[in-house]
Amino acid sequence: MNRQAQAVILLLLGGAVLRASVTDQYLNYVKPGLRGFLIAAAVLLLLTGAAALWQGMRTGSPAPDGHDHDHDHEHGHADDEDGHGHHSPRVAWLLLLPALGLLLVAPPALGSYAAGRTGTALTAPSDFAPLPAGDPVRIGLLDYASRAIFDQGRSLGDRRVQLTGFVMPGPDGTTILTRMIVSCCAADARPIKVALGGDLPPGIAGDPNEEQWFEVVGVYDARTVKDPVNAESIPYLRVVEAKAVATPAEQYES
Amino acid sequence: MLAALLVVVVLLRGPITRALSAPALQTWMTVFVSIMTQAIPFLVFGVALSAIIAVFVPASFFARALPKHPALAVPVAGAAGVVLPGCECASVPVAGALIRRGVVPGAAFAFLLASPAINPIVLVSTAVAFPGEPKMVVARAVTSLIVACLMGWLWQAFGKGDWLRMPSRSHLDGLAKWPAFWASVRHDVLHAGGFLVVGAAAAAVVAVVVPKSWLQLLSTNPVVAILALSLLAFILSICSEADAFVAASLTQFSLTARLAFLVVGPMIDLKLFAMQAGILGRGFALRFAPATFVMAVTVSAIVGTVIW
Repeated sequence: MNRQAQAVILLLLGGAVLRASVTDQYLNYVKPGLRGFLIAAAVLLLLTGAAALWQGMRTGSPAPDGHDHDHDHEHGHADDEDGHGHHSPRVAWLLLLPALGLLLVAPPALGSYAAGRTGTALTAPSDFAPLPAGDPVRIGLLDYASRAIFDQGRSLGDRRVQLTGFVMPGPDGTTILTRMIVSCCAADARPIKVALGGDLPPGIAGDPNEEQWFEVVGVYDARTVKDPVNAESIPYLRVVEAKAVATPAEQYES
Repeated sequence: MLAALLVVVVLLRGPITRALSAPALQTWMTVFVSIMTQAIPFLVFGVALSAIIAVFVPASFFARALPKHPALAVPVAGAAGVVLPGCECASVPVAGALIRRGVVPGAAFAFLLASPAINPIVLVSTAVAFPGEPKMVVARAVTSLIVACLMGWLWQAFGKGDWLRMPSRSHLDGLAKWPAFWASVRHDVLHAGGFLVVGAAAAAVVAVVVPKSWLQLLSTNPVVAILALSLLAFILSICSEADAFVAASLTQFSLTARLAFLVVGPMIDLKLFAMQAGILGRGFALRFAPATFVMAVTVSAIVGTVIW
């Protein structure tokens, strides 16, 4: 790989990361807190690519066959001897995959396919603070599900809560409101599932191919259903009001 | 050739996007792009730090900072891992730069293994993820440090220098400092980044293909559970800052099995193996990675059994 190709790969990758982080696209993959680091890393990549072009122009053009001399003596000895024939710089072509993935394909946030294959991910907190003020009170799905399962709904009482998530079909014909939580990147995403009871509006059943987001208001319901993936309990919410909403920019619950 | 490739990809954008819209493929793509997006800042900063070490820090600095005796240098370097609050992607190029700067390899490897596991960010996130189990933080830090030191000493005792095949830096000789810095960053990003792609793609395949319901079956036998979670940590390649939250949610497994998950993951996983093979040499990675895995699982099992 000659120096120009190296520079182009660096510029593409830097550009792709920069575009993803100045728009909301990066929120489909990582936590909001990473934005500053992403922008700084993208700038460093762009500068590295620019430096390579600039050095190339100053020192004259590289060999035309794409194997300039600095490659050969850089890696020649390693490749001769262990004979497995991977030319180390060649592996750099693979960096086109994430660059083009970000620029052209821009895959969406994880949805019902991933959520259906992973068990609901609750961990018992050490204590339950009283619910914040508000009627209905807006809380996260993890907060609701932990209070419902580990506190048997005591700290929920008969308060009306408002949850936001996407709807998907669940076990035993249930309708499940789901939100993925992410601690670092989408590779560690786990779903939090809440079964919806009460009067559901028609058409809320959930299309497994396209997530529809809903804002539901409801009260604690003592029933539970087992998640078939990991045998954990999924709590119910007795829905009193549900309305379809647009997909939020930050789809993962923080 | 690059230009032609790009034109083809842009022209075929529609069909490519359609082909990738099958749910499994789309999930793979999202997980792959996410691992890369998460890793790129740490990779780039790690590479910049190793370029600074290579270009601006004189070799004599490390000779003075570390104890003369290699056996003592190992634990000191391991404990020094506390100060690099990066994820494991940064530690591989930095370890390579340290060895090139004359640090004894055993000490550099102790640093490589310890720094992603025992830095403050990781320990705090472990405490947050296990609120009812404060011993998990201590167990993780102690076990990781023990494994890192044992591996460092093991290398001092049995390791052979010719297993290491690091790309030589002769192209940097004779360059002024700043051109050398940029050339080093460029070379390492392309090199380590390419291998990171291999590891991330493989980890994403596993995340999509292996059904999580298998885990349920494996959690009942205590020994199988430890091995299963260690293997899961190896293939999932989750960042060390996030793995505690995943471990906390694996409630059907014993605390010892989850400790093994937390100790193995930051030390050796698919993406680290790919990067070690690229930066430190394949002969090195093929020996060092399995040894690290066995050592991490064994020490975790012992520590876990003693504590819980």
